[in-house]
Amino acid sequence: MKTEPAITAPEIQAPVLPPNKLTPRQLRWARRRRTLGRFWQQFRQSKMGMIGLAILIFYAGVAIFSIFASKGALDPTITTNGPRLAGPSLHYPLGTQIDGISVLSLTIEGARISLFVGLSAALISMLLGTLIGMWAGYKSSVHDAILMRITDVFLVLPWLALAIVLAAMFGQNFWIIIIIIGLTSWAGTARLVRAQVLSVKERTYIERSRALGASDAHVVIKHITPNLMPIIFANTILTIAIAILSESQLSFLGLGDPNAKSWGTLIEEAFNHGALTLHAWWWLMAPSISIVLVVLGFTMVGFAMDEIVNPRIRER
Amino acid sequence: MTDTEEARSESLQLGEPIIEIDDLEVNFAARVGLISGLMGKKGSDAKAVDGVDLTLHEGEVLALAGESGCGKTTTARALLGLIQPQRGTIKFRGKALPRDTRSLRPFRREVQMVFQDPTGSLNPRQTIYEIVAEGLRIHDIDEGPNGETEEDLVAQALSRAGLRPPQRFYLLYPHELSGGQRQRVVIAGALALEPKVIVADEPVSNLDASVRGEILGLLMKFRDELRISILIVTHDLGLAWTVADRVAVMYLGRVVEIGPTEEVLLRPRHPYTKALLKVVPEAGEAGVIREILQGEPPDPTRIPAGCRFHPRCPVVASGRAAELGIEDRCRGEDLPLAEVGDQHFAACHLIDINQQP
Amino acid sequence: MSVLNVEDLRVTYTTKGGDVPAVRGVSFSIDRGEVLGLAGESGCGKSTIAGAILRLHSPGTRIEGKLELEGEDVLSLKPGRLRAVRWTGASIVFQGALHALNPVQKIGDQIQEAIQVHGMATEKEAAVRAGALLEQVGLPPRRKNDYPHELSGGQKQRVMIAMALACSPTLVIADEPTTALDVMVQAQVLQLLRSLQHDLGLAMLFITHDLSVLVDVSDRLAIMYAGKIVEEGKANEVFHAPQHPYTAALAAAFPEIGDTRFRHKPAGLGGDPPDPQLIPSGCPFHPRCARAIDACRTVVPELWDAGADRRAACVHVAGAPSLDSVMS
Repeated sequence: MKTEPAITAPEIQAPVLPPNKLTPRQLRWARRRRTLGRFWQQFRQSKMGMIGLAILIFYAGVAIFSIFASKGALDPTITTNGPRLAGPSLHYPLGTQIDGISVLSLTIEGARISLFVGLSAALISMLLGTLIGMWAGYKSSVHDAILMRITDVFLVLPWLALAIVLAAMFGQNFWIIIIIIGLTSWAGTARLVRAQVLSVKERTYIERSRALGASDAHVVIKHITPNLMPIIFANTILTIAIAILSESQLSFLGLGDPNAKSWGTLIEEAFNHGALTLHAWWWLMAPSISIVLVVLGFTMVGFAMDEIVNPRIRER
Repeated sequence: MTDTEEARSESLQLGEPIIEIDDLEVNFAARVGLISGLMGKKGSDAKAVDGVDLTLHEGEVLALAGESGCGKTTTARALLGLIQPQRGTIKFRGKALPRDTRSLRPFRREVQMVFQDPTGSLNPRQTIYEIVAEGLRIHDIDEGPNGETEEDLVAQALSRAGLRPPQRFYLLYPHELSGGQRQRVVIAGALALEPKVIVADEPVSNLDASVRGEILGLLMKFRDELRISILIVTHDLGLAWTVADRVAVMYLGRVVEIGPTEEVLLRPRHPYTKALLKVVPEAGEAGVIREILQGEPPDPTRIPAGCRFHPRCPVVASGRAAELGIEDRCRGEDLPLAEVGDQHFAACHLIDINQQP
Repeated sequence: MSVLNVEDLRVTYTTKGGDVPAVRGVSFSIDRGEVLGLAGESGCGKSTIAGAILRLHSPGTRIEGKLELEGEDVLSLKPGRLRAVRWTGASIVFQGALHALNPVQKIGDQIQEAIQVHGMATEKEAAVRAGALLEQVGLPPRRKNDYPHELSGGQKQRVMIAMALACSPTLVIADEPTTALDVMVQAQVLQLLRSLQHDLGLAMLFITHDLSVLVDVSDRLAIMYAGKIVEEGKANEVFHAPQHPYTAALAAAFPEIGDTRFRHKPAGLGGDPPDPQLIPSGCPFHPRCARAIDACRTVVPELWDAGADRRAACVHVAGAPSLDSVMS
């Protein structure tokens, strides 16, 4: 008869615990570390995600650098004695524009502005969308119906037209732009969040929580919101990309803040000064390519996260 | 009904009543589409539970049995306060259950639920420790009765549920456990609050057959050692035979027969109970053509007149009811539970004329 | 001649996490008009076998061994012949309650599709046959214009059966056909299956985890554990006089009402059915077995004689070779 060597069945690979008694807080952090570790493992495997991340880290670095570069040679507000509309050279790696200012300095400052506007607007959009979506999804019935009709309106609104009107009414202030973009882009997030809340609400573990005696607040904070976080996060990344593009559009149309020159503003200036006819391609290229790269970066990271986080595939 | 039960408590050695359900009615509103609603069409409400009287005694295991749609799960959920009834009272230790969530909270410590789907019952993003500790945290229990910490209480609950050593499970996630282990985690979560009553809704039907015995054994251990009363909702009469002291059979929102397990399952007095017993695959009688009820489980929005079982009743269908002269009553007269034996009640017109189904 | 002949079937899934040996050497045969019941729990491989017979697994799956349907080697069939054999040689009754029916297609059309795909009839003829099939399974023919959501669970299951019979196969594989149905409806569907099988002289492979159902429906019974058959014999005898400890434990999970041995004594096994990637050495059941001895950790049991027309893979059965040769 056949025999084989005896092997003891392997135990469940349980994570090692510190020897002292655990506080709930320590357990929470241990759990978070585990989750993040697992998430990072998966993210690392996505080529698209990693490339996007590299792009973003680069530009984030540029933006941070820009904060400290305001003093010194790269200060874009100092009119240099440099040549006007000179092509890229050793001294001016990205060339100069019509006032003799280095395009590189302008692009670096633009990074800071564009990214800040994009991130802030996306934050507003995310907060609004999440709150409205959660309220509609959790409360259902009348609240849901009303909120969803409002959401539908915002979803189909021609945001550019609205933005132009609002900008004309309230001025071309940096913060106004952020608010406008935030107020016109939350609808997509709201729908997404509502759908997820509706599906999570019916899960048995929610009912179990109620059976244990949980209040609505407990259920929402402890169960529903954590289930939403990954989706909201992935969605927000994509929203940032859209926000940056939107800001560029607004600035290109001349609605941007003249005191805070984003990439869009840069393109607008170049365009208005006829950079194309003057064959000053470097003036247009630097901000344009930067916008494309950054938006691409956020989109790639957002898609990669979405793949990991999408409940249809990933719910364990 | 309750008085009669109490008077006879000694013979079955039933303890004090711990949960008393009286004339419970739960309806689900009709679902009418927008256009139909505008046109004045009114759907009929589904009477999921239509007048149920039930008493759970201390230290007993009561099985609530029936097909899907009979109202057993709805009754269990109403018992826990998860569904608001239209009518009727539910009393815990003599005190009626309040309606709002806040007042229900102390009650929730005493009555806990184990659900059918062990996987769905656990939040996939929480660790086992957090899942078991959730109840304690909701009720702000920092300390056990003997000064135990939260961790002590969690460890104790996990151990009692058979997950040993408990520390091994603290940081694991539900998807890393087997079905049987997950159900134990749900049980541990319920135990952590030291309840007096556990309501188990099909606790083992989603588990592998070989694992069922252990989980059922656990529940029985709780009854024996911790004096916890258990209400098991199930469609499986074999399960009732194994663990229950008493069985209540439900049909279309009513209890049609209730009594000690031996009586109800071996000497049923209601034709529906008898029909259910006949279709339990009686291993050993292979190939025997059994009398099987035709048709589908009935629609709770269209409850028949008279005895609600009469359209499917084999006694009516075979003509025996007519022969015995009770067919008119079966078709026209609704009836309550009547005593047929020691602690044994059934709702059938055959009882009045002293006939067996 | 046997309708289905399986010899040393091995099915291995290839996944990112490594190879998963779902079926590890299974042999059985089914004759015309015979019903073989295949019982087991999660991870035992029984559903894998159903898919293997019609080669429904994804291309990455490794299938080895001999699989003969009416004498024809299924594993070496060319795609054209394979498609012809599917449904006409053998068909499957899936769990209808799940998503086996197309929700946007009328059920009559779905049955017709099965017939027409095999070019067995014109559209008119197929429509007539679909109606006849519905009647055969106890549904009025006019229901062929209904959509799946208009049917109850039991009715959907009947439609699945009608579809399986559409091309008059010689073998019907029933894969958990009554799970998720109410007891009463389950009894109706089982009665239907039994009578159809009898009237049409079908060979049937009935796969389920519910052992009590199998005893009613099958002529012979095979119990699977961890990818192998651990006991087989006449259905009635295997259930009431099990020779393998696992069969005994499984049978005890379906106690007969009235049997006082199980009153207040739920019988169960500790542990869980093994993960196919982590199968214990020797006898895969030994960690959970009450009768395990030292040798069980190393000896790999085969189906040895365990009585008249009975075989079981356990060192304790009568036909097991002596262990002296191993103990040295």
